[in-house]
Amino acid sequence: MEGFVYSQPGTLREAFSLLTNKKGKLVAGGTDLLGEIQDGIIAPGLLVSLERIQGLKTMREEKNGLRIGALVTLAELESDKIVAEHYPLLAAAAGEVATPQLRAQATIGGNLCQRPRCWYYRGDFNCLKKGGAVCYAEDGENQYHAILGGGPCHIVHPSDMAVALLAMGASARVVGPRGEKTVPLEKFFVLPQVDVKRETILAPGEILVEIRVPKPLPEARWVFRKMRERGAWDFALVSVAAYAVTKDKVIQEARIVLGGVAPIPWRAVRAEQALKGKTLTGPVMRLAGEATVTDARPLSQNEYKIRLARNLVRQVLATLA
Amino acid sequence: MDEKRKRLTISRRDFLKGGAIGTAALSSGLLLRSGVEAQSAPPGAKISRITLKINGAAHTLEADNRWTLLYILRDQLGLTGAKQGCDGGQCGACTVLIDGKPLYACMVLGIAAPGKEILTIEGLAKGEELHPVQQAFVEEMGYQCAFCTPGMILSAKGLLDRNPKPSETDIRQGLAGNLCRCAAYPKIIRAVTAAAKRIAS
Ligand SMILES: Cc1cc2nc3c(=O)[nH]c(=O)nc-3n(C[C@H](O)[C@H](O)[C@H](O)COP(=O)(O)OP(=O)(O)OC[C@H]3O[C@@H](n4cnc5c(N)ncnc54)[C@H](O)[C@@H]3O)c2cc1C
Ligand code: SF4
Ligand code: FES
Ligand code: FES
Repeated sequence: MEGFVYSQPGTLREAFSLLTNKKGKLVAGGTDLLGEIQDGIIAPGLLVSLERIQGLKTMREEKNGLRIGALVTLAELESDKIVAEHYPLLAAAAGEVATPQLRAQATIGGNLCQRPRCWYYRGDFNCLKKGGAVCYAEDGENQYHAILGGGPCHIVHPSDMAVALLAMGASARVVGPRGEKTVPLEKFFVLPQVDVKRETILAPGEILVEIRVPKPLPEARWVFRKMRERGAWDFALVSVAAYAVTKDKVIQEARIVLGGVAPIPWRAVRAEQALKGKTLTGPVMRLAGEATVTDARPLSQNEYKIRLARNLVRQVLATLA
Repeated sequence: MDEKRKRLTISRRDFLKGGAIGTAALSSGLLLRSGVEAQSAPPGAKISRITLKINGAAHTLEADNRWTLLYILRDQLGLTGAKQGCDGGQCGACTVLIDGKPLYACMVLGIAAPGKEILTIEGLAKGEELHPVQQAFVEEMGYQCAFCTPGMILSAKGLLDRNPKPSETDIRQGLAGNLCRCAAYPKIIRAVTAAAKRIAS
């Protein structure tokens, strides 16, 4: 690879021009991007750092909720007092990501835009996602791949923060050379059947600048649980974030989101439907667990994730009951 | 079915091959890794003159933009206290303090580090006087082969600066980004506990 030019623009406008005219690659904390360069997946000629752009590092609470600048680090989310008090689901998820060193460097924007961890993608395989003709995971080593929403590519989305933020009903503010838009986080992620080469709606040149999290209702409750293969840091085998609003023990609203099971953070709509208007009894929780995986289609080596997802949803609901 | 089996074997074989190819590609220098022969001017290299503040002293050098901070520390400046384990953000052996925070030097580009205060294990003692965390590691024998020790000590310092009275859980979580291949964890935790006491007294 030829070397890269490193630029640190001071404004978004400058960044757009570098990204679109010069085909630069955006870098925030760099914890994912450097890995991609090191593994030879990408070979950018220009890196455009977000670090000097004003305003991306701030986090503040307003009347309707929390605004998190794209460059706020996961360590800040983990230790911030306001987050801990009013948005503990985010602090809980942030604390489960990677290691203290990585959390101090990794940004929330980068966490949502990080590329998949499929070992064929990270390895020397020209698979579908890289423009090749086959998905090697389909008939290969697929124990960590998707059971829901897969095809033609079967990655699981690696972000823990996305799972928690989706459960909180967050949205993303995206700015590009032609203006800005705010989209619910659910619409921010893209299934491979829509576009196999990317995981988000971001077009080249567009920058995720802010995450907005609505203020939870006072009677809302939530839980985040992440299962991994070992005690030390690891990506999720399956994770679940649940957010529920109950009145007299009856569920008015529930959002159940799973990580580690699908190419996007997966909203378990069927489980949510099974919960609405019910009280959290044993049978209801079991039904919600079953509903989570009704549509699951395992690959050759990952059937275990079905049971894991079903039981984790039950377990999470039990702690809400 | 035949086609299927073919793909399966191809993918398994290529998988193994992938590892070797990866390494070969690296020695031709994607991001320069520590231990890789320095290519003073590889074709197409983009060089920048940067000044890094390390252990209180300014170091100015002509750096290839692809150099990681770890590579610069070890191979350009001879500061070999930060160790190279995985070179991929997974082991913590390269941990240094940047603006007071423990970070992986292998995951930081040198070109992104000017203007920041970098502290490596070489800068921790005051002359002959060890830092309390170092002293505690010596006294409690918080190591076996000691490869992980510089990173452990700097992570521990970062933790104790933030949280001077950590519980055992705090210590375990604070050091979760540092692996010890000798599994000297019980003694490491004892050392950090002792260091906290030492600093408090
Ligand atoms: C050892 C290890 C373990 C990990 N474990 C976990 C884990 O358990 N859970 C988890 O969730 N993650 C995990 N990660 C991933 C880690 O969280 C991400 O690497 C990190 O969050 C990325 O943030 P960053 O700021 O470093 O992004 P960068 O590496 O700078 O960027 C990542 C990608 O996003 C793009 N990008 C960055 N910011 C923006 C923006 N504002 N707008 C548009 N595009 C942008 C970049 O171009 C790049 O493609 C792990 C990573 C490692 C190395
Ligand atoms: S799952 Fe996706 S990224 Fe992995 S090999 Fe298949 S196409 Fe490539
Ligand atoms: S060498 Fe940097 S984390 Fe392993
Ligand atoms: S003491 Fe040997 S790696 Fe930790």
